[in-house]
Amino acid sequence: MSDPLDDMYREVILDHYRSPRGKKPIKKKDIESEGKNPLCGDEIEMELDMDNNKVKDVHVNCHGCAISVASGSMLAEYIKGKSLDEVKKIGDVVKKMLKGEVDNIPDDLSDLDALKGVRNYPVRIKCALLAWMTLIEGVKNYEKGKNHQKASISTEDKEKQ
Amino acid sequence: MTMEAKLNNKETIVKDNKGVLNTNQIRTDFPILNQPINNHRLVYLDNAATTQKPQSVIDAQNEFYLTINANIHRGLHTLAEKATNAYEKTREHVARFIGGVKTEEIIFTNGTTEAINMVAYTWGEKNINEGDEIVITEMEHHANLVPWVILAKKKKAILKRIPITPSGYLNLTEIEDIISSKTKLLAVSHMSNVLGTINPIADLTKLAHEKGAVILVDGAQAVPHLPVDVKELGVDFYAFSAHKMLGPTGVGVLYGKKELLEAMPPFNMGGEMIDTVTFDDITWAELPHKFEAGTPNIAGVVAFDETLHYLEKIGMENIRQHEITLLDYALKQLTRIEGLEIQGPLEVTNRGGAISFTDPEIHPHDISTFLDSRGIAIRAGHHCAQPLMKILQKVATARASLYIYNDRDDIDALVEALKEMRRYFGV
Repeated sequence: MSDPLDDMYREVILDHYRSPRGKKPIKKKDIESEGKNPLCGDEIEMELDMDNNKVKDVHVNCHGCAISVASGSMLAEYIKGKSLDEVKKIGDVVKKMLKGEVDNIPDDLSDLDALKGVRNYPVRIKCALLAWMTLIEGVKNYEKGKNHQKASISTEDKEKQ
Repeated sequence: MTMEAKLNNKETIVKDNKGVLNTNQIRTDFPILNQPINNHRLVYLDNAATTQKPQSVIDAQNEFYLTINANIHRGLHTLAEKATNAYEKTREHVARFIGGVKTEEIIFTNGTTEAINMVAYTWGEKNINEGDEIVITEMEHHANLVPWVILAKKKKAILKRIPITPSGYLNLTEIEDIISSKTKLLAVSHMSNVLGTINPIADLTKLAHEKGAVILVDGAQAVPHLPVDVKELGVDFYAFSAHKMLGPTGVGVLYGKKELLEAMPPFNMGGEMIDTVTFDDITWAELPHKFEAGTPNIAGVVAFDETLHYLEKIGMENIRQHEITLLDYALKQLTRIEGLEIQGPLEVTNRGGAISFTDPEIHPHDISTFLDSRGIAIRAGHHCAQPLMKILQKVATARASLYIYNDRDDIDALVEALKEMRRYFGV
C-alpha cells in the first residue's frame, strides 16, 4: 500500500464506517458514557449491558468522521462477550497502539490493527481514540460504583488520553 | 523578463477576455505552488486561512535582514534610519491603500485578532459601561466575537446580535430594534470567512452613527479581495492582516479615526509608546507610536510594502473581477455534485471566494484528508465560528477559498476529486 490514504482508510475501516456495529439500542444500561472531540465535533454515546462482569451487549452511537465511527464500531464488535478485565486490557492496548507506544497488538485483536494507519495523520489520532477513551471512562465510573452516573470525556483532556 | 518588467506590463497579468487574471503568469511568482503534493499538482484552496507569498515579498523580507536590519525609531545610526524609513514607508502605503487616511491612523499589530483586542481593551474598557449594548452578528469569526463576549461580561453590558437569513445574508428586517440609542458599538465582519457574504458596511455604518454608536469592522477577508476605502465606508475602526493578502505572517493593521485613537489609553505598555517616563508618571507618545510598544515585526512590515505594490500592480478591481468569474464557475460546478450542500449566498455579486460546503454522508475532516491525498489543500472544521456552525446546524464544514493564482483548472481538480471521493467512501 503506497498511498497513505489507503493505509488510513483500509477496507476494514470503510466497512465499519459504512455499516457500523452496535447501532441497536439496548435496554439495560449498566455503563453509560459519552465522549466528544471538540476539535472535530465528533460525538459518541456508549452503553454497556453487563452480566456477571461480562459485556453482554453494547450500544454505540457515533456522529463524526469515518475514523471515529469505524473505531467505535470496531470497539462494539470487540468488547462484546469480554470480561471487564479483558475490556480494560483491550482499551489499554489500543490506546497505546494509536499513540505509537506499542507497535504490535495481540493476534486476537488483529482487525484493530487497521486503525494503525491514522498514526500518519497526527490530527486524526484523537478521532480514533475517542471511542476508547469513552469506554475507559465508563468502565472507571462503573468500578467506582458510580454506574448510576453517566461518564463524560473530551479528547482534549490530556490526563485521559 | 524581470519581475518588475513583468508586473509593469499589465497585458501579461490581465487576460483581455472576461477580465480574468493570467494565472499561468501569476503562478510563476509563487515558487511554493510549483511543487507536487502527494504526487499531485498542488491545488492551493485554503486562502481564507492564509495566502502564499510571491517571490518579491519573500525577497523584500530577506533584503531587509541582509542589508538594513536595525531597530527602528530609536537609533541614531545609518541602518536605524534606513530601517525606520522603510517601516514608516509601509505605514504611508497602507494609509493610501485603504482610501487615503492619515498616516497616524494606521497602527501596526501582529494581526487582525490583536487589532480587535486592542480596541476591546482600550476603547471598550473606557467607553463600555453597565447596561450598554454591543451589537455583533451571527457570522462573526471568534476574533470579532470572543473579545466582545468577554468585555460585555466584565462590564455587565448587553451583547446583541444581528441574525442571518437562511441564504447567508445578515437579516436586517429588525435592525432598527437591534441597533438603538443604547448601542455603543457595532462589531461586524466585512466578509464572512465561512459564508463568503459581503456585508453592507456603508449602510451599517450610517445606521450605527445615527444612533451614536461606533463601528468596528473585521476586514481580514475583505481587504485581500476587494477595493476597500475606509473613508468612503465611514467606519471608525477597521482591522485586517497582511498574511491573508500575500504578505508576511505576524503583521496586521488597525485603522482608527484619529480622534478616537487619541482618546484611547495605550494597549501594551513598555518601550516606544512613551513620551517621558519617571518613576511616578508617564506621558504617552503621539499616535501611532502610543499603540506600538516594543520592537514590532519590522522585516514583516517592510515586506508588506512590497506586498501592497504587488497587489496594486495587478489591481484590486481586477482581483475582484477574477474572483467573481471564478466563483461563478466554481458554484455552478459544485452545485452539480450530488448531495453537496453549499453554505452562504449563491449570488456572486454579494459574496467573496470562500466556499463552505458539506456532504451529507462524509465528514469534513474526511473530505479534507481525501482532497489532500489528491494534492488539494482546503480547510475543514468550525473555522473559528462555532456559534455560526450551531446556527447552520453543522459540526463543521469543508471550505475552499480562492485567490489570484487559482483558476478553472483548480476548480476542475476540486470537483473531480469530490466526485472520486464519493466513490471512494462508497456513498
